[in-house]
Amino acid sequence: MTAAGSPALNTAARPTEGGRRLSLSWLGVAPFFVYVGLFLLLPTAIVVVGSMTAPGGGFSLTNFAGINKPYMVKAFSLSLSVSAVSAVAGAFFGAVLAYAVVTGNPRGLLRRSIMSASGVLAQFGGVALAFAFIATISTVGFVTVFLKDHGIDIYANGVWLYDAPGITLIYVYFQIPLMVLVFLPALDGIRPQWREATESLGGSTWHYWRYVAGPLLAPAFLGCTLLLFANAFSAYATIAALLTNGGVYVPLQIQALLTSETEQSQPGLAQALAVAMILIVVIVMTLYTLLQRRTTRWLR
Amino acid sequence: MGSETARGHAGVEVRMEQLSRRYGPVVALNELTLTMAPGELVALLGPSGCGKTTALRLVAGLEEANSGRVVFGGKDVTGLPASKRDVGMVFQAYSLFPHMTALQNVAFGLTLRRKTADERRRRAGEMLELVGLSGFADRYASQLSGGQQQRVALARALAIEPTVLLLDEPLSALDAKVRSRLRDEIRRVQLDVGITTLFVTHDQEEALAIADRVGVMQSGHLEQLGPPTEIYARPATPFVAEFVGLTNRLPGEVKNGAVEVRGARLPLVQPDAPQGPAIALVRPEAVSLATDGAMSDGPLVGTVIAVAFLGATSRVTVDLGDLTVIAQMPTSTAASTPAGTRVRLDLRNDPVLIAREEKASVDA
Amino acid sequence: MNRSRRLKLRIFRIVVLLLMGAFFLLPIGAMLEFSTRGNSVISPRTLDAWVLIAQTPGLVKGIVTSLQLAVITSLGMLALLLPTMVWVRLRLPQISRIVEFICLLPLTVPAIALVVGLKPLYIWININVTPSVLALSFAYLILVLPYSYRSLDAGLAAIDLKTLSEAARSLGAGWITVMWRIVIPNMPSAILNAGLLSVALVLGEYTVASLLNFQNLQVEVAYVGLTNAPTSTAVAVGALVLAFVLLMVLTLVGGRLQQQNYIPGQRA
Repeated sequence: MTAAGSPALNTAARPTEGGRRLSLSWLGVAPFFVYVGLFLLLPTAIVVVGSMTAPGGGFSLTNFAGINKPYMVKAFSLSLSVSAVSAVAGAFFGAVLAYAVVTGNPRGLLRRSIMSASGVLAQFGGVALAFAFIATISTVGFVTVFLKDHGIDIYANGVWLYDAPGITLIYVYFQIPLMVLVFLPALDGIRPQWREATESLGGSTWHYWRYVAGPLLAPAFLGCTLLLFANAFSAYATIAALLTNGGVYVPLQIQALLTSETEQSQPGLAQALAVAMILIVVIVMTLYTLLQRRTTRWLR
Repeated sequence: MGSETARGHAGVEVRMEQLSRRYGPVVALNELTLTMAPGELVALLGPSGCGKTTALRLVAGLEEANSGRVVFGGKDVTGLPASKRDVGMVFQAYSLFPHMTALQNVAFGLTLRRKTADERRRRAGEMLELVGLSGFADRYASQLSGGQQQRVALARALAIEPTVLLLDEPLSALDAKVRSRLRDEIRRVQLDVGITTLFVTHDQEEALAIADRVGVMQSGHLEQLGPPTEIYARPATPFVAEFVGLTNRLPGEVKNGAVEVRGARLPLVQPDAPQGPAIALVRPEAVSLATDGAMSDGPLVGTVIAVAFLGATSRVTVDLGDLTVIAQMPTSTAASTPAGTRVRLDLRNDPVLIAREEKASVDA
Repeated sequence: MNRSRRLKLRIFRIVVLLLMGAFFLLPIGAMLEFSTRGNSVISPRTLDAWVLIAQTPGLVKGIVTSLQLAVITSLGMLALLLPTMVWVRLRLPQISRIVEFICLLPLTVPAIALVVGLKPLYIWININVTPSVLALSFAYLILVLPYSYRSLDAGLAAIDLKTLSEAARSLGAGWITVMWRIVIPNMPSAILNAGLLSVALVLGEYTVASLLNFQNLQVEVAYVGLTNAPTSTAVAVGALVLAFVLLMVLTLVGGRLQQQNYIPGQRA
């Protein structure tokens, strides 16, 4: 301590000690980052890089030109429109159902059962969903037969179950529960004092919804609708199970490319489609996150 | 402070006649009758579940009474919903609309009444000035402290020039320091505007500090109604005596029109009380300490175990062996009996209330 | 609230709940009806299709495989995620936002898009590591990350992790002891929630399995459905009811709010 050389020894010891402790901390999270890097970031990178790799190697965007073909444009417009319609319908009916649930006993059996059921149905495997609707309204389905026995033929103008209207209806079946799950917390955040304050200030029910509840819930409603859109757009299993002959939806195009023997001719196209899908979903989810932030600020 | 236009109605008489409210088998309010003079501030005080908030909500029109009437200045409003009664209300929490600025909140009632933008801005600005928040017009609720939010809520309630102002435990969710400052603010504003006001609270200090009259409630009915001094100094029932202020419970026996407590004989508020064992309710200010004279073991002789300094007065806790008694006196007097001193208790010869059951203390 | 408004609300609720209930129970009822149909229109109800489940080797194999995958994925997720989250909270709070971002990242990558990048990776795994279907757990762990993270995060936020771990360490406990005896026993419902959500996701997963040419439950159900629809439907509705019962048990036992359940393309 008093020798001239010791302070130098002491200071020399410290950085190493600190450095060792610091690197040990990072070691603790290494498994997580390695795993995620390998199974999430690497595949994503493969897709992104592959989409911009020309057939013979080297950087190129020609793969994306494949999106411009008429049948591909049709696939995108169909996917986008079915997603949009099912999102809006699911959001509307889901919000109504959520309102009916949230106005009941918060700890009651009804609310808990509906939340559990929503959790299950929102995750309802696409295959099971396809079978459910085949069992219900296919040409030999329970409802179809029942209505036919009573003189109503829902397929008088052709079978629409496998067209856009049918797919949209099926999607609505899991969009509504999803809406209940993600929109209900916002409804929960509406305080009864705001309603009573509006009343005491002379406002009617219409005033309340127009000036208070409406504006407060608008960001949440819009955000949840976007979430539903992304959900429908990314869906694969239902249409894969239902449209066994392939179909004009973007996920099925990817399926066709991945399973075809002639994949060699357009190796980068599947990746280009995947990147396009990711881009669309990322944009929608970013908007959703921004709207959610506004919602939690007001309705925490 | 406060312009001419701040004065809304010059105060209106508010009458509650035999108001009752039941929730199934539970009687929340039992035939409450109470008349509030124009411009008066009446505080309803009581523990949770006593019916004070129910009474307020019936006056507001947020709930319907099972029977009884509510009358504003001679006009029966019992059948009217809240939106038609012209009341101003301040809630305990979540008062403000989170998506509006302070100014927009205050102007909201005016928006509903289709005032022009200029009128709204002017009146809302006046109201914010009245509560001392002129510079905060563009702030949102999340940018305001709890006390500031309640002031904005008050401004919002008054902006529409209501007939009566209703405050539902407005200070309960705030810090202690903010609470005492804000309650004086509320009183100042209320006097300035001259509006008849009903103030509900479970904090007796608040009620006694700002009300013209205090109504102490328990289990749906009014135990006593009167000015704060009367409630405190001359409680009508044991419940009031124990809920308002501190009380010593001294076991004794009623004999011949007085109660004998540990050798002392005290007159009774109700001289015709039945004989037998009873508990005398004695205020700490009625207890004084003597250090002279007989210090041998008597029923009123004990040791000081704590002295609590409260500013001008102090509270001295005396251990009598089987009982603890609290005495309150000027601090200068308390200085002569620090902890450890052997003292004899002197009970002032004021009439006392008695309680019969050995029940647990009332929750305040 | 006055009486007329209360009445209007009650009518509204009854109408909505009845209509929605009918809408949602109808397909499920139809599945039960379909899977119990007799041979002809006038035949009585039969459980033949259900009995056939046990006699269809593909389905049995699919059930077993998916159950194994569910267990491996849940345990793997807990083993990877929980220590990491605890570690970040205690030692590296500055990267907690990065970890959160990564865990929620799978929400923005549709499964159908991810599988395009997984395919070359799994070709390599097939040759160099194992061709077993259980290798799917690697990908599934990623898919369950968002829900598990949210659930465990809520559970960790509810306990005072710093104080508890410091107290344990000062008494001489090693990290494994802290995890096993301090952290885990103090967040049972969050762990249960994360586990059950993972199980539900894995049991219903189709996209990744089918496109990587693995046979799990849903793939088998779809395949068998081409030739024997009633039996496949029986499996589908059985799994659905099972999942519902599990989640109801969870809400009754756990008592916490349901987490938001969403992943693009994963469910349908």
